[in-house]
Amino acid sequence: MATTQLLSLTGVSKEFPGVKALKNVHFDLNIGEVHAIVGENGAGKSTLMKILSGIYKKDTGDIVYLGKSVNVSSPLEAQKLGISIIHQELNLMPDLTVAENIFIGREDRRRGHIFLDNRKLNKAAKTLLEELDLILDPKQKVGELTIAKQQMVEIAKAVSYRGEVIIMDEPTSSLTPAETDALFKIIRSLKAAGKGIVYISHRLEELSKITDRITVIRDGEYVKTLTTTETSIPEVISLMVGRTVDQDQRPTIRPMSSEVVLKVEGISDSRLLNDVSFELRKGEILGFAGLMGAGRTELARALIGADPKTSGKIFLRGKEVKIKSPSDAVKSGIGYLSEDRKRYGLLLIQNLTFNTILSSIPAFSNKFGFLKTKPAGSITRDAIKQLSIRTPSENQYLKNLSGGNQQKVVIAKWLTRDCDILIFDEPTRGIDVGAKDEIYKLLTKLASEGKSIIMISSELPEILRMSDRIAVMCEGKLTGIIDNKDADQNKIMQYATKFRD
Amino acid sequence: MSDTEKVTKGENRVAAYVKREIGRVLALASLVVIFIFFTVMRPVFASWENVSDGILMSTVVIGLMAIGTTFVIITGGIDLSIGTATALVAVIVGKLVQGLGLNVWAGILVGIIIGGLCGVINGLLITILKLPPFIATLATMKAAQGLALIISDLKPVMFTSDVKGWDAIATGNIIPNFPNGALILFVGAIIGSIILNKTVIGRYTFAIGSNEAATKLSGVKVNSWLVAIYGLGGLYVGMAAVVLTSRLGSARPDLGLGYELEAIAAVIIGGTSLLGGKGTISGTIIGALIMSVLINGLRILELQQEWQYVITGIVIVLAVWGDNVRRRKTGEIS
Repeated sequence: MATTQLLSLTGVSKEFPGVKALKNVHFDLNIGEVHAIVGENGAGKSTLMKILSGIYKKDTGDIVYLGKSVNVSSPLEAQKLGISIIHQELNLMPDLTVAENIFIGREDRRRGHIFLDNRKLNKAAKTLLEELDLILDPKQKVGELTIAKQQMVEIAKAVSYRGEVIIMDEPTSSLTPAETDALFKIIRSLKAAGKGIVYISHRLEELSKITDRITVIRDGEYVKTLTTTETSIPEVISLMVGRTVDQDQRPTIRPMSSEVVLKVEGISDSRLLNDVSFELRKGEILGFAGLMGAGRTELARALIGADPKTSGKIFLRGKEVKIKSPSDAVKSGIGYLSEDRKRYGLLLIQNLTFNTILSSIPAFSNKFGFLKTKPAGSITRDAIKQLSIRTPSENQYLKNLSGGNQQKVVIAKWLTRDCDILIFDEPTRGIDVGAKDEIYKLLTKLASEGKSIIMISSELPEILRMSDRIAVMCEGKLTGIIDNKDADQNKIMQYATKFRD
Repeated sequence: MSDTEKVTKGENRVAAYVKREIGRVLALASLVVIFIFFTVMRPVFASWENVSDGILMSTVVIGLMAIGTTFVIITGGIDLSIGTATALVAVIVGKLVQGLGLNVWAGILVGIIIGGLCGVINGLLITILKLPPFIATLATMKAAQGLALIISDLKPVMFTSDVKGWDAIATGNIIPNFPNGALILFVGAIIGSIILNKTVIGRYTFAIGSNEAATKLSGVKVNSWLVAIYGLGGLYVGMAAVVLTSRLGSARPDLGLGYELEAIAAVIIGGTSLLGGKGTISGTIIGALIMSVLINGLRILELQQEWQYVITGIVIVLAVWGDNVRRRKTGEIS
């Protein structure tokens, strides 16, 4: 063992004021190994990674790297040791080229140490990219690349430090299946070159494809290290959440109302959307499936007036409505829950009450424009109870809540506004397995109470589990609407790739 | 952050309040410390005459401007035009009151309204033409400066004694021994604070500054509210201009440029974040007082004006740096 071990952490603990973030955690990594760390949000994954990459200091515990006890005191120190991290949010400069990004801070300078030697820089980048089998132009600006390609730049950058350990934090969260496969190919070649990879992901189905071992942590504590070939996704999940979660559910078929709440006719925009029409019934969950870039988010944004439409009509309960801005949509009772909650859904630096009433402030004020704080507080407390939002009180700031609870606050906002059409864009993105289950139950409950739901999701199990009907999009067009009972992953993928290639 | 979710459950309310308001508590404490320092150095500093005329009166104009600007800065915006807008409002009011014999109350009203219009114009440039607030208000700053000079024909408008009561706006005493100007400032601050914390427009001010995109997607007509908020800020600028002319007995077209930066400095020292979403009127008033107390105290210590500027600069750095250190410690920012 000792000869193949790259890195080991023993008994690592870390405390923040009032919170024990890590308690006596163990982890080790061998040469040529992909070792996953999994756990729910708040389990301590990122704290552990931040300790390993020098952003946080551990309180207790030992880190042994290449047989020597080390103290990773800063990100620079980690880099010097050969531990690189690729963050989930990529840290690249869009206006610099691929080569400039890879070697940022370490540019070779010509005589006099003033001028940059771009030719040398590009050559070094080219050699590195070839070594990694990456097809990238060193002179291209990073901002012009797709997210997947940008990630490859990050990988090249990490490798360029000639480090032994590369930490990847949710590397596939914004990649298409094909791009994910390409990433896995790169990871395998890094493995073959003897690098050790720490792999963090919410997408458990990936683990069996790429990892050798899986370490589970829960509530800051080490739970178990599993060998990938000897375990199963359900086992990993139950270790993560401390109970069994059923993954492959299908909805119980509910009697469907024939009342059409929303009818969309021929929506197009100037870029992608092409003549999209569909109907949404009362109490229905209509899933929207498709590949990345199929136009689902664009459709939602055009529908609520956030982006302009070039044509198309919208009917609410048979009556045509003009929706030119989000405020028109909200007036019509349509609420949109963005996939990027932090940017488009929440006021992170404000508290729960503020966020809950954000869409209905006029309803919580008198005719002179003064706010009625008491009803605002009580409706928020009701929402906390009804949606079981975990928070000390309605005065808690949103940034201190977990992803799942933040999502519930966005839901609370629309329920407070009495919206009866809710558009969920990737409702469980960045939300851990246990909380996902809760969001699913909530969606089902909302639907059975008569709300009509459009659910955009890139996760097929989620689409199949939740939707009464499934609308599939490809390249801006709606390619099919399937009843859940007739649907399976293959069928959806067929529709999703109809206009591709 | 999710790893370090804070548990504030067990804390009692008083501690929580102090903790939440610690920024303002510290700002107030620094004001007191500076005040005591100057008093010890020169006891005359604490005389009521100096406090009312030297400190309070010199805070009024900048203070009123700063109250309005607090709203704008909480939205994440900035208004550079308030200084020259003050000059513009001053000369227009001067022409109307002195030249056309408008009565005092009508003059005050017209001043406030024109100030508000200046703000509305900024708001329209920012929302309809989608100019960044910095650029839009830089442009209106220059335009207002020019218009003030054109309207006044490059000459100050003198308020002669036949305009009855104009000087009393700032220097009269409705409350004995307490100058009206200071009264206007405090009443303006209380009204501003109520608007900011208790009304719909105040709530939208915070919402827009916290996350404009999310506020818009929540169905709020962000553009209309922004115009209203810049307009509201302008009303305070109008009032500031009225008080300025009353105090000086004249409307000078060249006076006002640079006031905007002092007002912004007061807002920043008072703990309002330039990033938006956070801020208080009381903090702004404390910030404006800290600056006046410093200038007044240094003047009494007979420090040259050049050095007063240098020290003001250092105070701004210390105030904002200290606030950042504190917030980093409490995890408010990273």
